[in-house]
Amino acid sequence: MSAVDPVILPLVSAEQRKQARSVGFTLVVLGIVAAFVLGNRPGDAGFKLVDSYIFVIPAQPFARILALVLIALGAAQLLKGFGKWTNVILSIAAATFVISFLAWAASGGSFSLTGMLQDTVTRSVPIILGAIAGILCERSGIINIAIEGQLLGSAFAGAVAGSIAGPWVGIIAAVAMGVGLSAILAVFSIRYRVDQVIVGFAINFFALGLTSFLAARVLTDHPEYNILSPLRPIAVPLLSDIPVIGVVLFTQTLFVYFAYLAVGVATWSLYHTKWGLRTRAIGEYPKAAGTLGVDVIKLRYRNVLIAGAVAGVGGAWWPIGMVGRFDQNITNGRGFIALAAVIFGRWKPLGALSAALVFGLAEAIQLKMSNLDTGIPSEFLLMAPYLVTLVVVAGFVGRSRGPKAAGQPYDAQ
Amino acid sequence: MQLELRGITKRFPGVIANDNVNLTLKTGEVLCLIGENGAGKSTLMNVLYGMYKADEGQIVLDGAPVVFTSPGDAIAAGIGMVHQHFMLVPVFTVAENVVLGVEPTGRFGSLDIDKAREMVREVSDRYNLNLDPDAIIEDLPVGVQQRVEIVKVLLRDAKVVVFDEPTAVLTPKEIIEFFEIVKTLIAAGRGVVFITHKLKEALNVADRIAVLRRGQVVGEVDPKTATESQIAEMMVGRPVQLIVDKKLQAPGEVVLEVRDLSVVDADGRTMVESVSFSVRAGEVVGIAGVQGNGQTELVDALTGLRHSARGSVALDGVDITGASPRERHAKGIAHVPEDRQRQGLVGGLSVAENLVLTRYHDEEFSHGIVMDWPAAHSVAENLIAEYDIRTPSADIEASTLSGGNQQKVIVARELSRPLRLSIAAQPTRGVDVGSIEYIHSRIIKERDTGTAVLIVSTELDEVMALSDRLLVMYRGKIVADLDPKVTSAMDVGLYMAGSRPASAVNA
Amino acid sequence: MKIVVTLRKLADRIARTSSFRITLLAVMSAMVVGAFIIILSDIDKLQNGDILGAIKTVGSAYWALVVGSFGSLRAISATINSATPLILCGVSVAVAFKAGLFNIGATGQMLAGGMAALWVGFSMDGPGFIQVPLAVLAGAVGGAAYGAIPGILKARTGAHEVITTIMLNNMAGFLVLWLLKTNVFQRADRTDPISKLVSASGHLPRLFGFLGDRPDLVAHAGFVVAILAVIVYWWFLNRSTAGFEFRSFGMNADAAQYAGMNTKRLTVMAMMFAGAFAGLAGSAEVLGTYGYASQNFAGNIGFDAIAIALLGRSTPLGTLLAALLFGALQAGGRQMQANTDVPIDLIVVLRALIVMFIAAPLLIKAIWRIKVAPTSLGQTFRGWGS
Repeated sequence: MSAVDPVILPLVSAEQRKQARSVGFTLVVLGIVAAFVLGNRPGDAGFKLVDSYIFVIPAQPFARILALVLIALGAAQLLKGFGKWTNVILSIAAATFVISFLAWAASGGSFSLTGMLQDTVTRSVPIILGAIAGILCERSGIINIAIEGQLLGSAFAGAVAGSIAGPWVGIIAAVAMGVGLSAILAVFSIRYRVDQVIVGFAINFFALGLTSFLAARVLTDHPEYNILSPLRPIAVPLLSDIPVIGVVLFTQTLFVYFAYLAVGVATWSLYHTKWGLRTRAIGEYPKAAGTLGVDVIKLRYRNVLIAGAVAGVGGAWWPIGMVGRFDQNITNGRGFIALAAVIFGRWKPLGALSAALVFGLAEAIQLKMSNLDTGIPSEFLLMAPYLVTLVVVAGFVGRSRGPKAAGQPYDAQ
Repeated sequence: MQLELRGITKRFPGVIANDNVNLTLKTGEVLCLIGENGAGKSTLMNVLYGMYKADEGQIVLDGAPVVFTSPGDAIAAGIGMVHQHFMLVPVFTVAENVVLGVEPTGRFGSLDIDKAREMVREVSDRYNLNLDPDAIIEDLPVGVQQRVEIVKVLLRDAKVVVFDEPTAVLTPKEIIEFFEIVKTLIAAGRGVVFITHKLKEALNVADRIAVLRRGQVVGEVDPKTATESQIAEMMVGRPVQLIVDKKLQAPGEVVLEVRDLSVVDADGRTMVESVSFSVRAGEVVGIAGVQGNGQTELVDALTGLRHSARGSVALDGVDITGASPRERHAKGIAHVPEDRQRQGLVGGLSVAENLVLTRYHDEEFSHGIVMDWPAAHSVAENLIAEYDIRTPSADIEASTLSGGNQQKVIVARELSRPLRLSIAAQPTRGVDVGSIEYIHSRIIKERDTGTAVLIVSTELDEVMALSDRLLVMYRGKIVADLDPKVTSAMDVGLYMAGSRPASAVNA
Repeated sequence: MKIVVTLRKLADRIARTSSFRITLLAVMSAMVVGAFIIILSDIDKLQNGDILGAIKTVGSAYWALVVGSFGSLRAISATINSATPLILCGVSVAVAFKAGLFNIGATGQMLAGGMAALWVGFSMDGPGFIQVPLAVLAGAVGGAAYGAIPGILKARTGAHEVITTIMLNNMAGFLVLWLLKTNVFQRADRTDPISKLVSASGHLPRLFGFLGDRPDLVAHAGFVVAILAVIVYWWFLNRSTAGFEFRSFGMNADAAQYAGMNTKRLTVMAMMFAGAFAGLAGSAEVLGTYGYASQNFAGNIGFDAIAIALLGRSTPLGTLLAALLFGALQAGGRQMQANTDVPIDLIVVLRALIVMFIAAPLLIKAIWRIKVAPTSLGQTFRGWGS
């Protein structure tokens, strides 16, 4: 036994040391970008909150100060490390960097910040609902790669049924389609033990092929089956009068309110009900639940079908909540972004919500940027949500552990 | 209550797991089912518990035949089972695990967690099991986890409790506590069935012993009159040598020198703390300890599979702390891993491919980027013959071999070349008695040829019999360095549990 | 003569294995479902009560499929051309699967390779025997570089390749679109995103060029590259040291690590190999089929490649045959769209159905009531963490 314990710093594993270093480098790199790119536009940027109030940020000084702070933080991280505070510092740094970027883009003019935030909330809806569908499935032990196909199929069903019989029927049709595609996932993966990723992909091809096929065969000749007026935003009495937040959060379509509700209900159910306990059990250790008499198979079927319904509403957002029609491949990868949100949010509804908002923000910024003259080619702006997803998955997520039993067929016998 | 199994037969593709088994269980007594791995004990109990459906035969409860279609039915009939691998969700609390399936609910199906806590406390206090309902399972020591399983079973009012290999992961002290619990259960009018392969325990605790071999009941013995060798012979079908022959030998120079080694896992927990020891040529050093006290991480660090946070490892005086597994292998270190299916073999590859798994990059088997399969094949054939690996051909998938033969593949691969240091972790886990004999004799042979041997095992008997020197690990530290010839198993057990024998307190 | 014997033995072995039977039945089941879809989507005929007409459409559609894929030398030529990129991308996904990785990024890797090959193609002007191989090789290099990205991300950060490759696919599409509008790549007299033409000496030679009077036979030497790729893949997997490492790592990453294999290096290497094969597909399309590049010249090939690798169980021969099947469907599909008014998207549906039916032998058994040994496609997924 050693007489004096020479250890001053707590022991850290090699992985932790490597991660800490990459955080430090990231901060320094952000700082350098801020200094040389964001800092070369003089002029003031106006962030319009309400018609009467425009918040002005001088782009250049802001960027320069930010650069200094980021490099300092980066150096501090490399030398000592922030320990518990690392994620908080990183998030604040990222947020401030985004503000500086907006200031740079808008310098010499102004843009509606409130509008952009409102867009963020709207555009994150299909991702939130897709993510909740994904969480429900994965928590029960079924991997759902088919979110993309579910969203796409439901969008089609919603558009066609909605054009024929009105938006409410459209939503019901979309939900039915979501449930139907989920049923395929459930039957193939639970009863026929097919690899869940393969079924998921097959459903995606199938949905893409079928919707494109029907769009080409039926909708081009019958455009009356593909036009409807989307739902209008509804202002929540009282709450929508709050400046800024009232517009951003409480003057939205029913889809947004449904998304909030879904997040709330999912969180409460998962952690405070009998159903939630059993669901989490069958996702982590189905055999344990099985030995206690829980009907693992039935519960898995039920949860996958409910998830399909939620995804159905998410798919309906395109025709009924946004554009009033269906176009081939209208979802264009949002289902996979929803999947990334599930992982980023560590399979918790609230976590996925924050991820979805980040992606929604990326899209909203991209929209705004195409209206401002920034000199960035439009293709790079369109890449933004995908690049953000990539960076987030690579930087923040890395080694995350999902429900242990996800992906393995349940062996009762 | 009297429970009878009549003519139970259960078949799986290619094997008859249970063959016309007849057994009677009564409340108020302890029945022990003993047999080797693969004898059919667990399958039988799974049939009883409703997890499997018997192909033939029936279960008779108090004279009337019953059919269990799921564990729910068995539970309702009063049968409780504590599985060998605990059926506990690691990320849930004790209360959550205990009430799963019989949850107390409030409005809208909400979980009444306070009532659940109360229910756990009530049963735990009644049987003196001392459980904290809010503790998280993965943070609890294994002995406590077992008590959670017992509370689960008692909460559902089990009349017959079946334990599958209950003492496999307990310290000697915990084993004694476990048997006290069994006595309490009997006194409270329950029946206990206890599946094991450990002869000593069966003789200590059982009122009746039934021996299974290859799916059949080969006989029942009375523990008051039976001997260990008698039972072992019934288990295997031939006389078995239980103690390995070992001559005394003077150890040579120091081969492995470990100094102040510390290992931290990915979550920042210190698993191995300032461990120092050495192993000499021609010496077997054993590390005893309950699973989960850092042995796995220590072996990982010694073999290069994990980085150490501090400290050094030297082989023949040369520092190898930063060396990769391949470099260590090249320097003459062999590693027989504790989890043969996860680490030691690639199940989908053939036996021949597995036999060159750690040496394929040698000149002998590969020339630059091309593999020399004919050469590999002939070496494989030789090894199969020399180590008596039972396989129809060298080209079938390794996953089809039995546990014992898979272990022989690994032993053949690792020990068939000149070595300086041999590290074997849990060398006979899940291996049949016949192969155990063989593997023990090979380990001693290695030591006799002058190799330094390090054995890590949770089987106290094994590690005491094989070692020349015995170290004990507890909570990541080496807490004792003993001579197994003069130390009692009881004392070693105390060290394993973190305490000290009275005789050592003053030292 | 020996070749004939070997081929016959091969055919025998294919026909006997139950997986061939399953594939056949799966294709048939898919066609049946496809028939229903064609009938039920024929709104006009159904509204007029013309059920017989709707059914006749199925007949002409499927007949067109057959004729368009094998019915004439021109059809065979079209099938060869469709199959070429599918073979290469199928091998791309297959080699990644063997190493335990899920490469969805064949689309992006093909785009990257294609652009590289394109650049060599219009920057040089002969001689052909140097330019063509150089350009083809450039495609492989471009694809390998793009494939290295998700490989490195996985090795260093643990980011799962399912998500990163999909994101990189989308990003590649936008990058190509942007590049096609820059001065370097864009054709001088055009404002739409279309590239400069590959110089005449840089094209892959036509396979049927010796039939001087058939300019409509467009099959090109890219097919030869594809076949060579399959042979290289076979040799690599079964005879090379690295192939052994891939197979071990793919089946059991822990054991591979124990055996001293550098798992991080293997991950990157596997993705680079996969990228290289897909990049060759890009070379083939740009230098052979088109002679230039336009937006989205890779289409959605990444997903088709996955289906092909799954159908072929990631084996060299299986992947080749599956790719030929898909190529035939594609060539036939174009004929079908031309002859009837059934859109080519039906082919995508058929492919999805085939994959689903192949993946569930038990389902086939239930439908067709035959004895089938459950040959599973295995677990492709190893969990989100690494």
